[in-house]
Amino acid sequence: MQINASGKNLIVKIDGDIDHHVSMQIKEKIEREFKLLNCANIIFDFSNVKFMDSSGIGMIIGRYKMLEKLGGKIYITNVNEKLNSIIEISGLKKIIGFYDSVEKALKN
Amino acid sequence: MNSEITIIMDSNSENESFARLSVAAFVSRLNPTVEEINDIKTAVSEAVTNAIIHGYSDKNGKIYLMCKIIEREVVIQIKDYGIGIDDIKKAMEPLYTSKPDMERSGIGFTVMETFMDKIFVESRKDYGTTVTMTKNLIAS
Repeated sequence: MQINASGKNLIVKIDGDIDHHVSMQIKEKIEREFKLLNCANIIFDFSNVKFMDSSGIGMIIGRYKMLEKLGGKIYITNVNEKLNSIIEISGLKKIIGFYDSVEKALKN
Repeated sequence: MNSEITIIMDSNSENESFARLSVAAFVSRLNPTVEEINDIKTAVSEAVTNAIIHGYSDKNGKIYLMCKIIEREVVIQIKDYGIGIDDIKKAMEPLYTSKPDMERSGIGFTVMETFMDKIFVESRKDYGTTVTMTKNLIAS
């Protein structure tokens, strides 16, 4: 997992599967870096994610709620087609912006 | 040819990926589509995660995973001897979670129901839970 800041945006690039085990690690790392780098928004880059279960959805909703309180936004980019079904079932698209690339998310 | 495997594993979260990858490897002999294998992996991941965080509440326990191939039907059973489910109907409601503080999305059972053809849940308080799921793969 790589975490970088671009201005007020924390860019989180995840490598590999997102399940309950990995979600707990992602959550801890984001919470630490978000404060440390003084960010306002989170952009997820899923280009290297080929599997995600409902624990990943829970982790994303958790970050969404965290940012909602702080007035920040969350964006998801580069979603692989293997993640389509779980994302459709979750209804995430109703509350979170999805973009083809990190660059497009940064423009918004 | 029909075939069966059983895996007994500790209820560690590291075993979530082991469980779904083992089932995927076992089922690969049927030449499933990419979508079918992804559906099966996700359903296994959901059931094993439930056993770890709900059944055993993150304490140590054994999870029994059985996978059986009957022609092109895949039967998967995931069993724990944990706390059991009080109200199965409620547990299976979309968005319901017994652990809202743990950032659970509450859609685990919905995912299993959607990605598999059939799901059957048996549970008894203080005795544990068994989830049985089946999926018929399309002809290869």
